[in-house]
Amino acid sequence: MTAATITQTVSDRPQRSALGWAVADTKTIAWRNLVTLRRLPQLLVFATVQPVIFVLMFRYVFGGAIHVSGRIPYVDYLMPGVFAQTVAFGAIQTGVGLAEDLNKGLIERFRSLPMARSAVLAGRTLADLIRNVFVIALMLAVGYLVGFRVQTNALGLVAGMAVMLLFGFSLTWIFAIIGLSVSNAETAQAASFPILAPLVFASSAFVPVNSMPGWLQAFAKNQPVSVAIDAVRSLVLGGQYASTEKVLASLAWSIGIIAVFAPVAVRRYRRAA
Amino acid sequence: MEHAITVEKLKKTYGAVVALDGVDFAVPTGTVLGLLGPNGAGKTTAVRILTTILTRDSGRAEVLGIDVGSHPQDVRERIGLAGQYAAVDENLTGHENLRMVGLLSHLSPNTIRARSDELLERFDLAEAADRPARTYSGGMRRRLDLAAALVHRPQVLFLDEPTTGLDPQGRTGLWRVIEELVADGTTVLLTTQYLEEADRLADNIVVIDHGHVIAEGTATQLKARLGATIVEVELADPACAERARTVLAPLGTSEVQSDGRSVELKANDGARVAIDVVRALDHEGLEPVKLGLREPTLDDVFLELTGHGAEESESEDAPALGRGRRARGAA
Repeated sequence: MTAATITQTVSDRPQRSALGWAVADTKTIAWRNLVTLRRLPQLLVFATVQPVIFVLMFRYVFGGAIHVSGRIPYVDYLMPGVFAQTVAFGAIQTGVGLAEDLNKGLIERFRSLPMARSAVLAGRTLADLIRNVFVIALMLAVGYLVGFRVQTNALGLVAGMAVMLLFGFSLTWIFAIIGLSVSNAETAQAASFPILAPLVFASSAFVPVNSMPGWLQAFAKNQPVSVAIDAVRSLVLGGQYASTEKVLASLAWSIGIIAVFAPVAVRRYRRAA
Repeated sequence: MEHAITVEKLKKTYGAVVALDGVDFAVPTGTVLGLLGPNGAGKTTAVRILTTILTRDSGRAEVLGIDVGSHPQDVRERIGLAGQYAAVDENLTGHENLRMVGLLSHLSPNTIRARSDELLERFDLAEAADRPARTYSGGMRRRLDLAAALVHRPQVLFLDEPTTGLDPQGRTGLWRVIEELVADGTTVLLTTQYLEEADRLADNIVVIDHGHVIAEGTATQLKARLGATIVEVELADPACAERARTVLAPLGTSEVQSDGRSVELKANDGARVAIDVVRALDHEGLEPVKLGLREPTLDDVFLELTGHGAEESESEDAPALGRGRRARGAA
């Protein structure tokens, strides 16, 4: 066989560059994952059940006993924490979905197709990013119903949500690795919760960090979930919460997480089958 | 091209477990090869290497003359794979599943539309085409899976236990579809645990066990090695069984079974031998408790060739990378 016959392709394949195909394949995989969301909209509703319960509980049950600094109602302090809780626990779904695809043999099929190797993960995380846009919009609406108000302006709100979405996107890469490393969806779910729980609850999400014991404060103040929440507070509440430093720190965390974990996830994907 | 698939001295190990230990076989273009073997024999490993999912340790593996290791994308454009697990997206409709695979195979949207309509029609899925695959029966999912493997008109098709878990109706339905594909000139590599399936579909059969090829030939040749018919005679006690064995020995290979009271006779002579068996036993005054005649099964072939049965599981069954799904079927 000569090189000419090797490179001869089936006649009706459109010609595109390798990058062009990678983008097209990523779109196809994202489309496939979003069809699921459209067909099972209850997945979106389920994703908001836990955060809605937290909103109601903290807004009406515990909130009165929690004192936050500044002249803002507790609900304004609370909602950025709830957004973080929502995207963080939502990121588990990335791993669950990948574990399901592996288990059902879909990943095996993808690996036998002439598609871009990067597209399965890129398409999945892109779809989960889009899902997060809907979930955050839903939680914003819930927040407004219970009295949450943006103290800065529309631009601050958009920037704050963008910071939160980027943070959620970075987390999906961590959970992609877990999904590719365990045997099924249930295990992916079970393995993810213990990682997230301390990050979400030992944070500034629901109570001010300075109410915690000293040894915990150092962790709670600087860990990425708190930093992301503080960045969103800076952008939507402003005033004494304003802190360019926190916004930049959160962007750095998100980009850093992607830079470290995305290559690991891709390597795991290449080996998993 | 003479051979659509060429495998020479193919080796693959998972850690300490040797899955393939120097396997050789070739599939002439336009024919069907049945790859038979018990669980853990290395069948699925061979398919995964040839479909570029796994990389080999050493040896030659070519599809349509293209090396699977050095030009995997060129191989992927020309092959189709339908596995044991009906790899369809349950939340996508039949149409959408084929569209997804078509897009990922880099076909033009027009081609994909025409081709998926044709395949859904052909596989009797046209009515269910716009329903999510979640609502499909096992047989329908398997047909959709096969359709997905065919969207880009592969020249070589890999079928990994395509009918495992299907009911007899679903199985014969799928066999007909595969026969049509072969009639169109597709080269097929089929792994199976059912001799009946290999018998019906395969031009040639390769039996592997513990990563080695232990036999090859046509179904007829393999069965001839066993004797075409098996007569099972059960007697009242072990003493009678031993006498019966001696009496039947001139008719073929006769063996007392592990229960001590049954004798199994393998003979080439078909049903005719049953008359001789009855006569010989009667002549000796031996009265069988049970007398039966059967065709050899894959298990008989395995037993003869390997000394153990097809379904028998072995500790190294699942080089399985720890996945639950694999533990059931890694081979």
